[in-house]
Amino acid sequence: MIQRRGWKRWLLALAVLHGIVAFAGFFAPYDPTEQDRERPYLPPMKIHLVDAQGHFHLRPFFYAEHLRGGSFDQFEETTDHAIPLRFFVSGARYRLLGLLPSRMHLFGAQASRIYLLGSDAYGRDQFSRILYGGQISLSAGLLGAGLTLFFGTLIGATAGYYGGWRDGLLMRVAELFVALPWLYLLFALRAFLPLAVSPLQAFFLIITVIGAVGWARPARLVRGVVLSAKERDFVRAARGFGATDGYLLRRHILPETSSVILTQAAILVPQFVLAEMTLSFLGLGVPEPMPSWGSLLTNLQQYSVLVSSWWMYAPALAIVPFFLVYLGLASALQQDAGTGKIEKTTDGT
Amino acid sequence: MRYLLHRLLQAVFLLIGVSILTFLFSALAPGSYFDEMRLNPQISPETVAALRAQYQLDRPLPVRYMRWANSLLHGELGFSFAYNSPVAPLLWVRARNTLLLTVIATLLAWALALPLGIWSATTLGRSPDRALSGVTAALLVIPDLVLALGLLIFAVRTGWFPTGGMVSVGFENLSPLQRLRDISLHMELPVIALVLSALPILVRHVRAAVADVLSTPFLRAAASHGLQRRTLLYRYALRAAANPLISLFGLSMGALLSGSLVIEVVMSWPGLGPLLLEAILARDLYVVIGGVLCSTIFLVAGNLLADALLYLADPRIRTEAAAR
Repeated sequence: MIQRRGWKRWLLALAVLHGIVAFAGFFAPYDPTEQDRERPYLPPMKIHLVDAQGHFHLRPFFYAEHLRGGSFDQFEETTDHAIPLRFFVSGARYRLLGLLPSRMHLFGAQASRIYLLGSDAYGRDQFSRILYGGQISLSAGLLGAGLTLFFGTLIGATAGYYGGWRDGLLMRVAELFVALPWLYLLFALRAFLPLAVSPLQAFFLIITVIGAVGWARPARLVRGVVLSAKERDFVRAARGFGATDGYLLRRHILPETSSVILTQAAILVPQFVLAEMTLSFLGLGVPEPMPSWGSLLTNLQQYSVLVSSWWMYAPALAIVPFFLVYLGLASALQQDAGTGKIEKTTDGT
Repeated sequence: MRYLLHRLLQAVFLLIGVSILTFLFSALAPGSYFDEMRLNPQISPETVAALRAQYQLDRPLPVRYMRWANSLLHGELGFSFAYNSPVAPLLWVRARNTLLLTVIATLLAWALALPLGIWSATTLGRSPDRALSGVTAALLVIPDLVLALGLLIFAVRTGWFPTGGMVSVGFENLSPLQRLRDISLHMELPVIALVLSALPILVRHVRAAVADVLSTPFLRAAASHGLQRRTLLYRYALRAAANPLISLFGLSMGALLSGSLVIEVVMSWPGLGPLLLEAILARDLYVVIGGVLCSTIFLVAGNLLADALLYLADPRIRTEAAAR
């Protein structure tokens, strides 16, 4: 029973993380494309409670930043004027979940923009961009995993249920796909698709590529379950009563595969989010101005950014909690399924 | 021996399959290397068409595949448009660098994972095991891209490691010993990244396998006979646990190759990764195919090595193969 509660806790954490990204418009103080050319590569601002005169403020505040005299990239705080942090403020327009128009933001400030995680080369708010970027990266991972599992289940069920030459052919092809180092395969497939495309096209292209590459592993697992399920007594009995193949698969056999598919989903989603990140980082994925975790990291390919603007690394860290929760969920699900050998299949080669 | 030959034959068929698969993918490609030339008003459409004809890009797919297979037999692997040279020599230099990185990282990762995993398994549930499990869990949730970038920032800010490339400026003027030193200094960072990304999974598997074996009756009996701990662990337990670990050795090559692709690009190590990326961006068809094939050969070779080791380590496979 403890284990059951275990995976529910992971699921809750997952819902919270995805919720924050899904409601990026509310949690992010600014529009991800809004520029501030006066403040490029601004380091993360500090939130204070005690001001320069040593007075304590109940409401957290920050100082606006200006260029230090004589420099062109060093900022310092304007300590004579404290700007209070305000919550539930009205700001840039956005559409909640892409539907409801709203102007409400969790936090913000008047007088000056607040950069919780600094700004990029165009003075765009890094924090807002990470949240919006998560929408692209996570939906690519989720849709890619959905596509992969759909193909995997379809192919695995066909191979396992019908057997014979179909099984032989499909499993040979699956072997090919498993044999390739999967990132190389992903690259190869991407290589042969158009390079110069609009961000939205690129997004769907990535999902298709990711979805088409990973099907072999789930297909093999599903095939194994289907093979054993179709010999069960109740399935034989149903067939004896004259049930059609479609009915048998839908009603009796595919439900058996649900735990395998769920576990695979928990393993595949973070892996595919990372795949999107890697492709975009290398310039093969979703391009500017659409933020994604991968394209946000492309800044780090410049040496000067690596040396002096460490906060540009923050988008990379955004994926870590998702990895943690998905892996936790996967191993909890595996434990629940009673496989005993925990943490063995959580690696993706 | 039949067992190994059988495996080798399987591997060859697998490679043929992979090459056909990549060719099929390439048939989907909407553009080619010469497309950009069409935009150039100074190059006439006839020239582009002539170039396409020269490289046989206008021929049907099976013909192209046969020609490619033919050039493979001549040790060329097709022709690179961007480098204007056969693919094989290009690939060979890069593959050597990738191999250098991954082989050292694999050996190092296993050399660390075995004692750590065994230590973890012998202290199951007590503090060393808990601490190690915590560390492996922490490493497991840091993806290789994040790890590589983090290490790079660390290296750049501290200046403790040389970053980028494989050799320093003026490498040609160094003595052989200094060259070796220079390369190994440049290798440190990518190898650390690769080892750290591979380590958690390996440690967990070693731990699970050894813990499984330690609870078997024959090892309990051996322990109660008063066998020395080291003999018990390394002579008996490790041997009994070796079977799944050797299979994992083959699989870990695949993970390391994929990992090294990212790490090479991030740390600008002149291996297959950067070559493949450039080739993709330039639509250099045969280099992409060659790169993918090359990585598959490494993976298949790793698996074959694992099969051979398994054959040596597990008497059951030997007798099974002999009985067949």
